[in-house]
Amino acid sequence: MNILEYEKSIAEIDRDLEKLRAIADDPKNPQNTRELPQQIESLARHRTSVLQNIFAQLTPWDKVLLSRHAQRPYTLDYIGNICDHFQELHGDRLYSDDGAIVSGLASLDGRRVAIIGHQKGRDIKERMHRNFGNARPEGYRKALRVMKLACKFGLPIITLVDTPGAAADVAADERGISAALAWNMFEMTTMPVPIVAAVIGEGGSGGALGIAVANRVVMLEHAIYSVIAPEGCATILWRDIEKKTDAAKHLNLTAQGAVSLGIVDEIVQEPLGGAHRDWHGAADFLKLALVRHIDELSKMSPTELVDDRYRKFRSMGQYVEELPGAMHGVETNG
Amino acid sequence: MPPESWFRKKTKFSQAPASSIGSAVPDGVATKCAKCAQILFTKDLEKNLKVCPNCGFHHKLSASERIEYTFDPETFQALHQNLRSSDPLKFPDYLQKLDKYVDATGLWDGVVNGVGAIGGVQIVCSIADFRFKAASMGAVAGEKIVRAMEEACARRIPLVVFTASGGARMEEGLLSLMQMAKTSAAAAKLAADGLPYVVVMTDATVGGVLAAYGSLGDIIIAEPGATIGLAGARVVAQTALQKPPVGYQTAEWQLEHGHVDQVILRKDIPAALTSLLQLLGFGAVRLPADVPIARVYGSLETVQVVARSNE
Repeated sequence: MNILEYEKSIAEIDRDLEKLRAIADDPKNPQNTRELPQQIESLARHRTSVLQNIFAQLTPWDKVLLSRHAQRPYTLDYIGNICDHFQELHGDRLYSDDGAIVSGLASLDGRRVAIIGHQKGRDIKERMHRNFGNARPEGYRKALRVMKLACKFGLPIITLVDTPGAAADVAADERGISAALAWNMFEMTTMPVPIVAAVIGEGGSGGALGIAVANRVVMLEHAIYSVIAPEGCATILWRDIEKKTDAAKHLNLTAQGAVSLGIVDEIVQEPLGGAHRDWHGAADFLKLALVRHIDELSKMSPTELVDDRYRKFRSMGQYVEELPGAMHGVETNG
Repeated sequence: MPPESWFRKKTKFSQAPASSIGSAVPDGVATKCAKCAQILFTKDLEKNLKVCPNCGFHHKLSASERIEYTFDPETFQALHQNLRSSDPLKFPDYLQKLDKYVDATGLWDGVVNGVGAIGGVQIVCSIADFRFKAASMGAVAGEKIVRAMEEACARRIPLVVFTASGGARMEEGLLSLMQMAKTSAAAAKLAADGLPYVVVMTDATVGGVLAAYGSLGDIIIAEPGATIGLAGARVVAQTALQKPPVGYQTAEWQLEHGHVDQVILRKDIPAALTSLLQLLGFGAVRLPADVPIARVYGSLETVQVVARSNE
């Protein structure tokens, strides 16, 4: 079990609770008194209030750690909990099948959809197979292929974002990772079906955006979405990786920060103490949000959907616009 | 003579500090090639379009140098130069840093837009100036690229973008990341309008610009030796198990792997752009005087295209 520093007090209470419950389950144990159930109940109440306290004051860096938590549900865990059917589709039909992105056709309470998401691994072997969620060009091309399939049959598209970033090694460059990301964004802006993206863990830069050009973008309560990992930002700006906590604060990378910038539409609640404590609960919250957005978007015509998506991304960015006369810098080459 | 001085190196050269020697030569007369370290007369280097006469290294250009070297004289007119960065995240020291670049370059951002003619072909153009904070893409750069694309659609003329960028502008956080989606969306509109979009990748085109509008050109040209790649080669080397191959992330390497159409010498880029745009039907195709059209352009379709562009 992987326990974060600030979760330790909860882990201690959990251990005590487990001990007490074991005693309560054993009728022969002399410590099994009549007061025990009451003690357990009060300790459980105490646990809830400790959890509430801790999770009410998480720093951005705490959220970074939470979004990368080794027990956090991943794409396939959500798919398993959300969908009544799922048929995975493999391969980009060009080079290979990237384990870092999963895709397929699914049904959500009878709604037929295409689902695509980054996938991380649980153990060393799977992590290698999933490339730690760093999707390769093949992954993005597989995603595009399945999205085009969805367009052909009029299926809404759901994407689940959970990646530290796109693969950026020699092999990825050789096979055109940059172009793969760019063309996914290009194509996603013209798709005539509803697209809903959910950032479920790490929304790492271009690798996240490569499947997240959607009509609605939602984010789980403890997920992050950032232009660069805080470690990278701290190293580049201050040449000191230990300033990652400052970087996390300034990058505004929490769900709350993303909503305040107008980039994310909605925060999806997580069970108390984070999604990793209750996968089913987290999946239920996510499903409610996805279904609601898909049902709303399904009322729009294909043209409206494309326009809606274009307007959303066209308007992103904040800058100062001086009067047209106030030109600056180069003007003519005459 | 004390024995220890036998081993002491005798001073052969003047020990005057470098700064005082430098002052003997007027500023800017000589420039050292960034690649081969040859000392060159700045005038010669500039006459050679800032390409080292010794090793052929293409030095980075400012936007105004690029304009001077590329456009027909007195045709370039700047556009959208009234946009400035705000500081949406209140990022520490961001505005102060920007001021420094504004003072150093006379620009408000690392992207300069305009309209002009290259070999008589009218185009909308967007030019990166790497001196301005590595021409990193924040909200202003993204907005300017999109406006250039919209301008091309409105005027029904081609768009040429000279890219150079260190990547996304971290200090604008998610807003800078979203410029990747925004520029890609605008590129899709440009494509739907049937207008040519030519990208000229110059040193260095990396990160978010490469992974967005930089890779979306109908035609992609690169300058020799330009660094082109998603993550910096240093980052890749740190994480990779093997040493990156020789020439990794250069224009030539990208050509070999099928990601750019041509690597063209700086001096030949204007003529190449003119020719490419003419062949796509924009601007008149210059024909050898004594060759009848039909013999050069066999099919009727092509002849019609030529005729239309001659109007």
